[in-house]
Amino acid sequence: MWKKVYEWLDERLGLNDMYTNLLDRPEPTGNWWNTLGSASLFLFVMQGLTGIFLTVYYTPSPDHAYDSVQYIMEGVAFGWLIRGIHHWGATLMVIVVFIHMLRVFFTASFKYPRELTWLIGIGLLLMTLGMGFTGYLLPWNQRAFWATTVGTQIAGSVPFVGEFILKALRGGPDLSALTLQRFFSAHIWMLPAMLAGLIGVHLFLIIKHGESHFPTKED
Amino acid sequence: MSGSNELSRRDFIKVTTGIVGGLIGVAIGLPTISYLIDPALQEGGKDVWVSIGKFEDMQVGIPYPFSFTRVQVNGWERTSNSFGGYALRKSDDPKDLLILNSRCTHLACTVNWSEEAQGYLCPCHDAKFSIEGEVLDGPPPRPLDVYTDFRLTEDGLIEIFSKAG
Ligand code: HEM
Ligand code: FES
Repeated sequence: MWKKVYEWLDERLGLNDMYTNLLDRPEPTGNWWNTLGSASLFLFVMQGLTGIFLTVYYTPSPDHAYDSVQYIMEGVAFGWLIRGIHHWGATLMVIVVFIHMLRVFFTASFKYPRELTWLIGIGLLLMTLGMGFTGYLLPWNQRAFWATTVGTQIAGSVPFVGEFILKALRGGPDLSALTLQRFFSAHIWMLPAMLAGLIGVHLFLIIKHGESHFPTKED
Repeated sequence: MSGSNELSRRDFIKVTTGIVGGLIGVAIGLPTISYLIDPALQEGGKDVWVSIGKFEDMQVGIPYPFSFTRVQVNGWERTSNSFGGYALRKSDDPKDLLILNSRCTHLACTVNWSEEAQGYLCPCHDAKFSIEGEVLDGPPPRPLDVYTDFRLTEDGLIEIFSKAG
């Protein structure tokens, strides 16, 4: 019965082909450093899931943000776990993505034909950092408030357009409800959407080119 | 390497990935379900006795309106809910009271006593209840709810038992 259903689907979707090409594809002998991209992907998915669950209670308004986070930590069953995973996962993701980039650099895997993969990777790193920056403000506690004050001030020190950048980030001259709301929007919609799209292209390119061989002495 | 009983390297990876993935899924999935349904499992407020007024202020045969609010903690906020009703004194016996809840049994609007109509009128869908709470007109499926637990205190106050929430 299930076999029939599976065969029917396979005939139309090419599940078997997909499986061999995506998951069972040949890989050059590498080492554990080659798993860091997949680790980044795993963390991204994890952050996405826990993030979605956090929005069930989190409220992005100056009146409620702090209390709602407090409630997640103390009021809801396993709130500490969901927030904990999201909190530590964020830090870990930045580290893992960064080391992934270092490994690509040190094995010179960014060379032809993988330059685009590398460029997109840089985009991914920047957006991962952006996720950290926007997410940090959301608890709306003292640390978050001042970190964002400083962070946006630094962005504001760019010559000529600094003032404009600062206002665009904050949604005005000061840190306000507008800042919190736009950081929230960036954190849960804009950046994740762009990340997901770019990760898709990144992975497409990796499967298209296959993974680079570990450089040998001759290289 | 490829003895018939031995797992190939690829199969070993597949099985391990499946097991580890499954474990992570359960370890995070179950708490997540609990996290999502938690508010539905919370107890409401406590059951308390609420005073609705002095027995001597209630006139025989005339509905005596009362109202009270109860605070309920929802998440990080306190929500106050208003309750109200009418106490109908029938004789000198403080046990001889009919205490109606003014929450309409149709869709929960608040009914008001109308001297003119000699009934409780609901503003929402024009229901009419008798002085005893029976449905005379309109869509409500049953008579007004009755507070059956009440008592007279030493200070001459009538108190009703208000259940949680
Ligand atoms: C959200 C962040 C990222 C995710 C989810 C991700 C995912 C992946 C995955 C799954 C692979 C397969 C090979 C491996 O794991 O080593 C890979 C390879 C690669 N990544 Fe990333 N990556 C991310 C960030 C970056 C960054 C920041 C760079 C560099 C600027 C980069 C550049 C590359 C390149 C050039 C390859 C091909 C390497 C090869 O073929 O050997 N990636 N990435
Ligand atoms: S709510 Fe009272 S008549 Fe509908």
